[in-house]
Amino acid sequence: MIELEDVFRMEWGRILSALISVLGDFDLAEEALQEAFSCAVAEWATETPRNPRAWLYTTARHKAIDTIRRRANFAEKQTELVVLEELRTIGAAKIEEDSTVPDERLRLIFTCCHPALPPEAQVALTLRTLCGLTTEEIAHAFLLPTPTIAQRLVRAKTKIRKAAIPYRVPLAPDVPERLSVVMAVVYLVFNEGYAAAHGDALVRHELCTEAIRLTRLLRALLQAPYPELDALLALMLLHDSRRSTRVNADGELVLLADQDRTRWNQAQIDEGCALVQSAFQAGPIGPYAIEAAIAALHAKAACPEETDWSQISALYGRLFALHRSPVVALNHAVALSMAEGPEAALPLVEALQSALEDYHLWHATRADLLRRLGRTTEAVCCYQRALELTQNEVERRFLNRRLEELS
Amino acid sequence: MQYLLLIYENEKRFATGYDPAEMKEYMAFGETYGKAIKGGNALQATTTATTVRVRDGKRLTTDGPFAETKEQLGGYYLVEANNLDDAIEIAGKIPGARTGCVEVRPIETFS
Repeated sequence: MIELEDVFRMEWGRILSALISVLGDFDLAEEALQEAFSCAVAEWATETPRNPRAWLYTTARHKAIDTIRRRANFAEKQTELVVLEELRTIGAAKIEEDSTVPDERLRLIFTCCHPALPPEAQVALTLRTLCGLTTEEIAHAFLLPTPTIAQRLVRAKTKIRKAAIPYRVPLAPDVPERLSVVMAVVYLVFNEGYAAAHGDALVRHELCTEAIRLTRLLRALLQAPYPELDALLALMLLHDSRRSTRVNADGELVLLADQDRTRWNQAQIDEGCALVQSAFQAGPIGPYAIEAAIAALHAKAACPEETDWSQISALYGRLFALHRSPVVALNHAVALSMAEGPEAALPLVEALQSALEDYHLWHATRADLLRRLGRTTEAVCCYQRALELTQNEVERRFLNRRLEELS
Repeated sequence: MQYLLLIYENEKRFATGYDPAEMKEYMAFGETYGKAIKGGNALQATTTATTVRVRDGKRLTTDGPFAETKEQLGGYYLVEANNLDDAIEIAGKIPGARTGCVEVRPIETFS
């Protein structure tokens, strides 16, 4: 007996992408597929179909036909009748003969991540349609009220319909630009799952898994290789390889230097390192490749002392040249402090004050450098300021521990 | 589908008239997309604008555009396109998109 929940996770996005393609309507496709899964609960209890995917697709299509018919009776909408006719003829014949369901997920992901939609809507729509997360699950993962997510989804789908955002893979010359939007969405999903910021661990884990799954899917579906996509996958695999060691049994944050490296996921590290290497060889080297290379250097060090900080510092310098953000500059300073000592890094950190004054990690970084320089009183002040600024319970406990050590 | 492409630019650029080279570019754009373009106009400066609103049945007329912004609506095209991507493609070819920006708005249809 197949677990329906697994089928749901595996097949939702693919079947939905095919349904939207024939129906031309996100809501109708979603409702129909939901109904098909409801039917499966009852009918598969006695006998599981030979091809679950085709069963669900065919059932959902019939559900959609019923819905269109009902609507047509009331409103007599011309366009829906045309769709209905097409469904009956092309769709039915094609599907019943061979049981393959067309894979339209690439169209779906490019449509969900269309730059005409606001980023937070791109994220919600991608999780809802491609990953099959419910509105409640998305709201839970992002610690937002369900109606907020529901509204984002409704608005996004309305814009797709009303502004006629096409359901298609962009033309070749536009793919790199559009792919960068898709990658930003995927990485946002990953980071939301990875950040120890909030929410329950299980839900967050799921976001990371989905982000990695989506990236693998993109790589499989795109015709040409895209080194930045390889780099993004590498970056996520390398971060994810440390997941189980980042927080201890009591839920306390464990710093990179204190993590149990024997428990890092070696298979993910190996795959990630190989991908970074090929991304660097293929070029051009983008920000994901540089970040992945930094993560790879951390992952390769058998113990913290073996970390190649000078190379990491150089890579942050390179990243800053591509992306002049004060947060990157802060990371650069941290790496420099490890390579050359805290006195070299402190002026760089202090130069970022005006840009990062409200950022708790700026204060925490400055505190750490001052602590290492033996300037305890100033360090305590900075830790306290960092503590005031962070909302994150795990980080608060970490900062408190540091404060206790200093007193 | 029809879309209105609204060209927003800092109108100070046109205070002393239109640049002939840019006018030529607009002509070329008009020829390239002649089939898609259903209408369009340049607008006079916002100093000539008047805003009208009716509140409690009373008409209130004020001087100037609806909103004071850094960039002003300076002209528009009405185009026929298959979908948003095609409309974006055309919008990107309007010379004004390089100095200002173009807002793409689908035309509402009432059935």
